[in-house]
Amino acid sequence: MSERVLMKGNEALAEAAIRAGCRYFFGYPITPQNEIPEYMSRRLPEVGGVYLQAESEVAAINMIFGGAGTGERVMTSSSSPGISLMSEGISYIAGAELPCVLMNIVRGGPGLGSILPAQSDYFQATRGGGHGDYRLLVLAPSTLQEGVDLTMLAFDLAEKYKNPVMILGDGFMGQMMEAVEFRTPEPMELPDKRDWAVGYMERRGTRALVKSLYLDPEELERHNMKLQAKYREMEKNEVRYESYRTDDAEIVLAAYGTTARIARSAINELRKEGLRVGMIRPISVYPFPYAPFENLPRSVKDVLVVEMSCGQMIDDVRIGVGRTVPVHFCGRVGGIAPSVDEIEARIREITGK
Amino acid sequence: MPKGRITVIEDRCKSCGLCVAACPKSVLRISDRINDKGYRPAEQFAEGCIACRMCALTCPDVAIEVFRIDEDAR
Amino acid sequence: MKETKIFERPKSMSDVPTHYCPGCTHGIAHRLVAEVIDELGIQKKTFGVAPVGCSVFLYNYIDTDMYEAAHGRAPAVASAVKRIRPDMVGFTYQGDGDLASIGMAEIVHAANRGELITVIFINNAIYGMTGGQMAPTTLLQQKATTCPLGRDPGVNGYPMRVAELLATLAAPAYITRVSVAKPKYVGKAAAAVKRAFQTQIDRKGFSFVEMLSTCPTNWGMRPADAANWVEEKMIPYYPLGDIKVPE
Repeated sequence: MSERVLMKGNEALAEAAIRAGCRYFFGYPITPQNEIPEYMSRRLPEVGGVYLQAESEVAAINMIFGGAGTGERVMTSSSSPGISLMSEGISYIAGAELPCVLMNIVRGGPGLGSILPAQSDYFQATRGGGHGDYRLLVLAPSTLQEGVDLTMLAFDLAEKYKNPVMILGDGFMGQMMEAVEFRTPEPMELPDKRDWAVGYMERRGTRALVKSLYLDPEELERHNMKLQAKYREMEKNEVRYESYRTDDAEIVLAAYGTTARIARSAINELRKEGLRVGMIRPISVYPFPYAPFENLPRSVKDVLVVEMSCGQMIDDVRIGVGRTVPVHFCGRVGGIAPSVDEIEARIREITGK
Repeated sequence: MPKGRITVIEDRCKSCGLCVAACPKSVLRISDRINDKGYRPAEQFAEGCIACRMCALTCPDVAIEVFRIDEDAR
Repeated sequence: MKETKIFERPKSMSDVPTHYCPGCTHGIAHRLVAEVIDELGIQKKTFGVAPVGCSVFLYNYIDTDMYEAAHGRAPAVASAVKRIRPDMVGFTYQGDGDLASIGMAEIVHAANRGELITVIFINNAIYGMTGGQMAPTTLLQQKATTCPLGRDPGVNGYPMRVAELLATLAAPAYITRVSVAKPKYVGKAAAAVKRAFQTQIDRKGFSFVEMLSTCPTNWGMRPADAANWVEEKMIPYYPLGDIKVPE
């Protein structure tokens, strides 16, 4: 049954998780995502689940590690400094090949930074965040509807790859209210948890061992190669992006998340004047959509990356674009979002129009 | 007084000597033999074991088996 | 004449050599846990959480579902698993650096929440695996590689009595301190481990067994001398006995 409900971002994401079968949440308060644990503490007991408030983000991610080992759908959420605290645990979860969903409602940094929105955790998210050769599958919704859809997808992808999946949001998304619909995603073939998880020794005959330590060098190398093979599969199958009005574009914007909505408004305004502006909007930021940047239409003369950071996704855009056209940057930090006017002004400056 | 004997699983013994210290009848000692790992295993070298199991309780390597001997049993 | 075997390896203790130093009492502690698992018939429904420390390889020695946790975090890991699978029996096995230093928040909060888990705390007053550094439970004047002149309370504070600390909380049901240093203490240690697991199974609450243990290598002593050191120096500061018992 599909009905549109007006919800606060954080709550919509939490509800999406519950609709996807998540019954266990372990987290810790941090602005601007507190509505997620609060919502979970109310809703999970209603559906026979468990909400447990951990003593810190460090404890929370280790609870996720424990919970993920049981094969059940587990989730945590946090914001920037809390995600930093979780990074060690995330590395363990990836190393032990466990599924889980993480949500980062990004705020300004570095350090204690700000409670206002930002996109300055891109490097952290897309490069794994913690130590070692691992990656997170990172999905960056732009609207609440997309946030809801991607959250539900995230649980399936986490189980499919036995890897953590991160929803990369921001404070705007967490706090805004929009109408959303909870739609069931396409069913996916997923492994049976009873074949590998803790708690099925009687049925399986063998015990489960959840670990990431491999002291033997050849064994650790083999293990890493196995993880790498998984990431190559993700790169092959899980790239998601949107191309918006790029076919005849002279200048293409690159933006994700809330920034992409602002960029879209700028594009629509300038298109009315006849300026040929388009946008490539990554939806998966790992695996990154290099292909559309590698294969820009011949009309494109410039790329403008717009981020709420000092420039992080721009590195990936540059890898894709290579030396074909100049890549420019427009960004704001501190919790400030670039305005439609600012983006328009920058486009005019670059195109001379 | 019960009567007993012990055997040491020699390739598990690490020669720590805790069993020798624990034995109330002093029937254990470190032997002169060397096992695969280079340790000299413990051994029972005298009669007088009372099957108290103190040696086995304190052996960190579960290297001691203890037997109670019932001489009157058939 | 008839011979009866009256001591053998528990079934849930894997029949493999251990990596522990000669005379290290981890082997005894492992055996006691395995014996209780066998006795209670819970091997297939037990999960353990191994720490970072010498006993990181607990999973090679006890044959149950096992996690290898990050340093200090075992109580958090165990709490989640137990909340999701309350039908299972869960235990953590942690050293003094793991539990009382980096893991202090996790153990206090798991105890405070009254998690239905059993914690086996191996207190040998030193960091073993990393080569003998000072631990929160290192005694005054005891030498370690990071307090080479001996622990000075002015610099490093006092050794922590974790069992007593946790007993100040309302939720824990069974908190006790035993030793595995000498066979005369092992009987009580075994009984404590059994009572702790039973406390969990009976859903009476959080259970905690602190085991005074040796580290001959890093104390620079022969195993038998290390056992004496526990008796002469550790027991007077860390008294044996029940500190909190289930109702």
